[in-house]
Parts: sequence; C-alpha cells; structure tokens
Amino acid sequence: MNFILRRLGFYLVAAWASLTLNFFLPRFMPGDPATALFARMQGRIQAEQIQTMREAYGVSDDPLWQQYGAYLVNIFRGDFGVSISYFPTAVFDVVRSGFVWTIVLVGVSLVLSVLIGNILGVMGAWKRNGFVDSVLPPLLMFVGSFPFFFLASVALFFLSFEWGWFPLRHAYTDGLAPAWSWEFIRSVLYHLVLPAATSIVVAIGGWMLGMRNTMISTLAEDYVTMAEAKGLSQRRVMFNYAARNALLPNLTAFGMALGFVISGNLLVEIVFAYPGLGYQLLTAVNNLDYPLMQGLFLMITFAVLAANLVVDLLYVRLDPRVRAG
Amino acid sequence: MSATNQTTAAVEVSPVGQATPVPAEAAFTGPRRRSGAWLTQLLGNRKAAFGGLILLAFAAVAIFAPALAPYDPTEFVGRPHRPPSSEFRLGTTGSGQDMLSQLIYGTRISLGAGVIVGVATTVIGALVGLAAGYFRGRVDDFLSLLTNVMLIIPGLPLLVVLAAFLPAGFWTTVMVLIVAGWAWPARVLRSQTLSLREKDFVSSALVSGEGSWRIMLREILPNMMSIVAAGMFGAIIYAIGAQAALEFLGLGNPSAISWGTILYWAGNNAGLLVGAWWTFVPAGLCIALVAFAFALVNYAIDEITNPRLRSQRETNLALRRHRRQLGVSRATPVLRSAGQHRAAGD
Amino acid sequence: MATPSSRLRESEHNYPAEPLLRVRDLHVHYLTPRGPVRAVDGVSFDISRGEVLGLAGESGCGKSTVAQALLRILQPPAVITGGEVHFGDRDILEMSDDELARFRWKDVSMVFQSAMNALNPVITVGEQIEDVIIAHGAMGKLEARQRAADLLDIVGIERNRLDAYPHQLSGGMRQRAVIAIALALNPPLMIMDEPTTALDVVVQKEIMSQIDELKRQLGFSILFITHDLSLLVEISTRIAIMYAGQIVELASARDIFERPLHPYTQGLMSSFPSLTGQTEALTGIPGAPPNLLQPPSGCRFHPRCQHCKPIFTKIVPPLVEVERDHWVACHLYTDVGVRA
Ligand SMILES: Nc1ncnc2c1ncn2[C@@H]1O[C@H](COP(=O)(O)OP(=O)(O)OP(=O)(O)O)[C@@H](O)[C@H]1O
Ligand code: SF4
Ligand SMILES: [Mg+2]
Repeated sequence: MNFILRRLGFYLVAAWASLTLNFFLPRFMPGDPATALFARMQGRIQAEQIQTMREAYGVSDDPLWQQYGAYLVNIFRGDFGVSISYFPTAVFDVVRSGFVWTIVLVGVSLVLSVLIGNILGVMGAWKRNGFVDSVLPPLLMFVGSFPFFFLASVALFFLSFEWGWFPLRHAYTDGLAPAWSWEFIRSVLYHLVLPAATSIVVAIGGWMLGMRNTMISTLAEDYVTMAEAKGLSQRRVMFNYAARNALLPNLTAFGMALGFVISGNLLVEIVFAYPGLGYQLLTAVNNLDYPLMQGLFLMITFAVLAANLVVDLLYVRLDPRVRAG
Repeated sequence: MSATNQTTAAVEVSPVGQATPVPAEAAFTGPRRRSGAWLTQLLGNRKAAFGGLILLAFAAVAIFAPALAPYDPTEFVGRPHRPPSSEFRLGTTGSGQDMLSQLIYGTRISLGAGVIVGVATTVIGALVGLAAGYFRGRVDDFLSLLTNVMLIIPGLPLLVVLAAFLPAGFWTTVMVLIVAGWAWPARVLRSQTLSLREKDFVSSALVSGEGSWRIMLREILPNMMSIVAAGMFGAIIYAIGAQAALEFLGLGNPSAISWGTILYWAGNNAGLLVGAWWTFVPAGLCIALVAFAFALVNYAIDEITNPRLRSQRETNLALRRHRRQLGVSRATPVLRSAGQHRAAGD
Repeated sequence: MATPSSRLRESEHNYPAEPLLRVRDLHVHYLTPRGPVRAVDGVSFDISRGEVLGLAGESGCGKSTVAQALLRILQPPAVITGGEVHFGDRDILEMSDDELARFRWKDVSMVFQSAMNALNPVITVGEQIEDVIIAHGAMGKLEARQRAADLLDIVGIERNRLDAYPHQLSGGMRQRAVIAIALALNPPLMIMDEPTTALDVVVQKEIMSQIDELKRQLGFSILFITHDLSLLVEISTRIAIMYAGQIVELASARDIFERPLHPYTQGLMSSFPSLTGQTEALTGIPGAPPNLLQPPSGCRFHPRCQHCKPIFTKIVPPLVEVERDHWVACHLYTDVGVRA
C-alpha cells in the first residue's frame, strides 16, 4: 500500500505541475493571446468570444495569486472555460464528447499492440533462432520508424481511397444514430479497423523488443533453469516462470510509454477525421481556440495519470515484493 | 526517484518508443574503461554501418542541397499536382513547386532541427542526470521528481500548448522540443551515474580531492559515452518525429520548407484525395529512413554494450553452423559431430 | 590405451548390483566465437543406490556443468558432444523432450546453488512445490497442497509458510524450501550443487545435518557438489576430484582424506583448513586454473605440478585403478612415469 500511496502522491504533484503550467503559460508568454486571436480572426469572431478569452487569461486586475486560486477552484469544479471554436459550449463538454472515441481507439489499439507485441517478444526469446526472433525485430523496427500519421495517411490513401476497402473518415456511418444496435456497433468496428491497425503496427515493435530483451535476461535466471529441471510443461515455464518476471520491468516502462502512444493515436485520429480528442486538437489549433487546447492538454494529462495509477495497481498485483511494502 | 524506479529494467522502452539500453548494472565492471572499445566495435557492426551509411547520405544531401536540387524549391515551376515525370522527378506540389527540390531542401531544416534538439536535450539531460546521480539525496529527489513529471506528461498535447502561444518559427519549434524532450536522457543517465558512482575509480578521485563537477565530467561521463550516444540518437529520432507532427498540425512555420511542412501542405491541398501520392509518400519515407538509421545504430550499441544481449548474439553466431541439427527443443542438444575436432586436440 | 570407461566397466562387479546412474566419457562444450570451451572432457563415474558421491574441485573446473548436463538443462552455447548417461537402463542423452519431462525431478532432482535465485520471486513457495507434483500427475490439487505442507514440515519450516513468497523467508529457510521442492517426488537421486555456499557457517551446519538426516530416512542417493572439501568428510561415501573438466582422482572418502595420490588432491588436502570449514579451502595451490579454451597439453595439471617431467606435458594420463577402488589419472602411477 505504501507503494500505491507514494505513486498517488507523485501523480498529484504531476497533476498540479501541469495545472500550474497551464495557468502561467498564457500569462507569461509574449503578447496577449486574446489580441492575437482578434487580429487573426478579424470578422470571424464575435466580441463576446474575445471577452471570454480576456477573462480566462486574466486581464482582470486581481492579484495573480487570487486568479490562481480561482483557477484551481474552477478546474476542480470541472470548469475549463468556454470553447471558442464551438462557442458557447463549455470546453469540458466538448472534450467529453471526443473522449469516448479516443478511449475506444486508444483502448483497442493499446490492448492489442501490447498483447501481440509482448507475446511475440516472449516467443522470440524462447525459441532461439526461430522465425520470430530473426525476421521480426528488424522488420518491426523499420515499420516503427514511420511517423504514426504518415503510415495512417498511406493506409488511408491505398486501402480506403484507391481500393475502397475501408471508410474514408469518421467513426461511424453518417446518418446512423448512436445506439446499442448491431448495425451501429458494426459500423463503429468497421470504421475502427484502419486507425487501430496503423497505430498497432507502429507500436508493436517497441513492445516486442522491450519484452524480448528482458525475457533474454530472465531466461538466464536460476529459477527458470530450475523450472525446466522440474519437468514442468513448456507453457508453464515460459509464462509462469519466465514471462511473469520479465513483464515487471516492462510494466514500469509501459506507464511512461503511454503518453507517447496516446500522442500517436491523436495524430492518427486527425488523418482519419476520427472524432476524438486528436481531431479536436486540430480544430483548436486551426481556430486558435486556446481554451480548448489547454482543456485538452489537461484532460489528456489527467487520463494518462489515471491510466498510470491503474498500471501501478496491476504491478502491485503481479509483484509480491512491492505488495509487502 | 524512488517513486518510479522500482525494478531496474535491462531495457526500457522510452516514451519515444525506442528501446534504449539501460544496463541494470554498469556495463563496465572493470576499474575504468574509456569510451574507445565500444566505438571500434560499432564501426565493425553491420547494422551500425548500414545505419551510418544512410545517415551520411542524408547529411550529404543537406549540405549540398543547392547543387542537388533541380529547381528553386519555393518557385512555382509547373502546374499543381503533376505526377512524376522526367521534368519533375517527384512531381509537383499542390501549388506547383518541384517536389524533389522541396524534399532536398527540407532535409536541411528537418535534420538540422533534429540534430540541434538531440544535442541540446542530451547535454541538459546529462547535466541533470549526472547531478542527480552524483549528489543523490535532496538534489536527486528534486531533479528526479522534475524528470519524472516531465516524462509522464503526454508529449504531443504539451508540445501543442507550448507552441501555440509562441510565434511560429524554426527556433520556436526547436525550443519547445527541447523543453519537452530533455527528461528521458536525464532519467537514463541518472541511473547509470548512480551505479558508476560506486566504482573504485570514483572513490579514488574523491579521495585525491578532485572537485565534484570535475569527477562527473572527467571520470563518470567518459565511462558512459555509449549510453550518452544512444540517448542522443534516441533524442534525434524523437525530435524529427515530433517536429514533423507539430508541422503537420500546422504549428510550424508553413512557409519554411521541411519534411513536416511538405506533409502539412499535402494534407491541406488535399493531395491525398486527388490521388497525388507523390506529395506525401517521399517525405514520410525520408522521416522513416532517418529514424530507422538512428534506430539501427542504437540497436547495434545495445548489442555491443549489453552483456546479456551480446552473449546471446555470440551464441547464435557460434551455433549457426549446427542450426539444422539443433531443432526447436530447449533440452541441451547432443551433438556428437561437434566434438569431432577433439581428436585433433588430444 | 585403455580408456577410463573400459577400465571402469571391468570393475563393475565391485558395486552392489547395477548402479543407479552411470556416466561414461561425458563431453560438454560451450561453443563460443573464440572456439569451444571444453568444460567437461571425458568424465565417467557411477552412483549406486543410497550412495553419496562427492564431486569437488576448484571454481570453474566444470562441476555445475556436469550436474546440469545430467538433466540436460544446460542452455546454449552448451552442447553435449559425446558420452553416455545411463539412468537405470535408459540413456538420458537419447531421450526425447517428452521422456525428459517425465524423467526430470521424478528420477533425479536438483538443489541449486543459490536459493534466492532458484525460487521464482512472484509465486508462493507452496505453489512452487505443488506445481511439480501436479505436473508429474502424482496427485490432484488438494492432495498436492497437503503434501507441500508436509514437505515444509519435513525440512523444518512451519506449515503455514506455504503461502509465503520467497522474499518473506530468511536465507536458511529459502534453502530448506528448495530442498523441500527437491524432495517433492521422492526421487532416488538428488543432485546438490553447492547447497550451502551462500549461507553462514551456523546455518550451513544445520542444513548439512538436515540433509544427512533426510538421507538416512528416505534413502536417496546424492551427487554432492562443492569446492569445500571439509563438507564432504562426513557426508560422502566416495569422492571424485575434478580438475579442468576431468576427474583426476576417484576413491572412497577415507582414502581421499588419508592417502590422496594425485598431486592436485594432495595440494587440496594440505590447504584444507582443519575444522573451521572455511570456504577458501581450495586456494592453497600456486598457479591459476587453466583456460578451458586451450587446455594444457598432456596432463592438464602439469603447469602447476611440482612433480612434472617433460614427458608428462605430452601424454595424457588415463584414469586407472591403482589400488582397489582407488582411481587416479597421474603418470606417477603409470608406466610412463616409471620409465621417466
Ligand atoms: N555460457 C558459457 N560460455 C562459455 N563458457 C562457459 C559458460 N558457462 C560456463 N563456462 C565455462 O565452463 C567452465 C565450467 O563452468 P562450471 O560452472 O561448470 O564450473 P563450476 O565447477 O561449477 O564452478 P563453481 O565452483 O564456480 O560453480 C568454466 O571454466 C566456465 O568458464
Ligand atoms: S601426471 Fe605429472 S604433471 Fe600431471 S599430476 Fe601427475 S605428476 Fe603432476
Ligand atoms: Mg558451479
């Protein structure tokens, strides 16, 4: 439990740091974002939108610490300000609508890539000289070198645009109302295949190499040799003795890689016009919608922190040495 | 740091997705081994040589861009979206510039930003890592906390908010990438410093009264150059990818010519949807090729400096001759033929 | 030249009935990029029922390699390049994967050198006993758990530590747990590879007397490996001395201690500290163990031997029976030596 408390403290610090960064960034950057916005968006933007921005970025006369306090209170209440591109919808509501789709996409691609990557890593280390170990690492490393969004573009171009195998954009067929119907779910899955597949393909190599390397170290441990001497089945030695131990250091790395994987997925969303947080991020950038950008930054950060906490809980379940304290 | 580093991993997957060698214990057990040995081995490594060749080729393109490019990359030399032809080897962009010339000139900015960011993050990371690992205690607690917070904040959204508030430009991008990217090298080098600090040569330097920074820079740093190099290559991969992502999002300077802006314009001019694959495929391939080349060099460094991986590789080499007789069984093979040469020895 | 194995075979009538384990001319190489390391080079010995064979020698002489080759659990680059290992009427070197899986632990179990590393840190001690029982189809889950608790009892650990993880046990308890696992299937032969090296002297003594006790009750044979000769005094029936991948002397424990014949064994004995049982027992011979990539020609011990004559560097001394049940590989006891 000690371990979890320590981690929790760390996540609170990280959350506080990102909140604070978020608060001070617009206040200390050169120029006034509201004015810049006004200049760039001349005529396309209403006066009240400008006013909202002004307020959000503290053109008020209160001392800084008072603004900071008010800001923290607002965030705590879920008030991230008002979006400019979706005016007058609150940022929180905009982000919430995109959140579902990002969770679907990230969830599916992360679970699958981690699963497949780790299994390939285990097998590669287990069967020396096998196909998995000689051909896959360099191949996956090459594929993994492509930027997420580029591979997504290529897939979109050939598989959707040229050959028409997959839909071109969006998360489900236009005109279909979201419902728990078979038709809707099938449409969602159909739209999910390509975005998920590209991010899986890019990410697998990293997981595989990480697992393979720790497996090689673990296989040299005495307890694996002893397990083989005991005449246990190959599967039991491979998973319960070798892989379970090799997984632990990779789990720590997993938490940190999460932010990277999510970032990649955001870009994939943009290519496929998938209506998640990534697509909203693009909208925010294009419209200089600073409140939305910042809201997205905070929400994504919080989600990553929460996911890390889940990973820690899993770690505690898997490693008795940590459980004891 | 105590917070995150429960088990020291043999290899960690960095947030950039690259496996970076992080030996659980210092790879060098001897009293003092200067950087030379692994470098010589690296030159003889096939993967490293291949990666190095690719990188040299790109560097040459960047340096000799004016001589190599057939056109001025900014000039409108043809009709938009012309497919590759003898006139335009890689076709034209959506506004009628020569794609090949853009690609060649783009190498300068993309590679340049990558290298600058890579070097800067490594220098910052090395200083932070050395200080944290060397002074330990409070200093370490603070620096590690800072490092870990930076690491856990998701990169792209952070880059976006940082870049969005600044005027778009080359140096903005570079600065933002440095701010968001120094933490990984710092983490890796800290754990290495921690284990090197225990070695005899550091104790003897301490006894002979050398100053802290002198010990860090003259005794510890030279003994972890392979990891510094690997960290730098990882950082360059990160920088090139992240820069392209920022530019693709429209947060770069769209009038500068780089691989990222080429992709940005390809997207903006709907190059994809009019079938103009040549407007985005070459730039993406270039990014991937450079990243792959650096990754190959890193893979080779890992193979050379990580003792477990090295022995695994040597074993594979030694067993290659007998591969067919070995099969897939994990039981110790009985290879009576492999003992034949014994007669000659006895 | 009479090979050690053929000579050994001649003397088989000396042993009560068929030996349990018969190793003949075993060769194990580590294939490295710089050439094969001949870690085990023509080793032969027998172990009969109820016997304790001690295997001693300097660090790196190939003791663990012999032990692990017997179960065929050596991992690449190790390759068995020749010989026979008969357990009963079966040759272990000819077994298929399935046969091996059934043979391992059921017939020969093993106590590893370092208990901390031999136990899987993420699985309870109980489960590590149960899984081997279940894997060999001996019992169902409930019975296996019962048996696991009994085994802990036998080695002197409280039954309720069944659900403890290795890190929750002390060093001595871990070593006992490893012994409990080795006892799980009641095998006729146990290999003990330096079972007490990592422990302090007091715990070491306790574990040794426990092993002795268990052996008397259960009657299994032991191949006991150590580089600490003092440990072998009480426990072994016979002792084999290994040097640079070969057995140089093999005799009853008493003969080895009272009348060591090989110069290497004599060196070991003179450097054998009385009673203290220190682990640096084998440091008293000048010179370093040979590089097994290129072992010395002729007698492998010659660079460190005081009795060495030029001819000994050319001809390999065979392991011969110079006295009843006393085998030595040294030219001082062969025709070559006499002529020189
Ligand atoms: N993987 C390997 N590759 C090359 N040589 C090896 C390998 N493993 C062991 N050896 C060599 O084989 C020889 C025998 O090793 P082994 O572990 O059997 O010695 P040992 O007698 O058990 O020593 P100790 O008393 O230290 O346990 C040693 O000289 C060692 O250097
Ligand atoms: S054969 Fe010669 S060199 Fe070898 S041990 Fe005997 S006396 Fe010494
Ligand atoms: Mg040993």
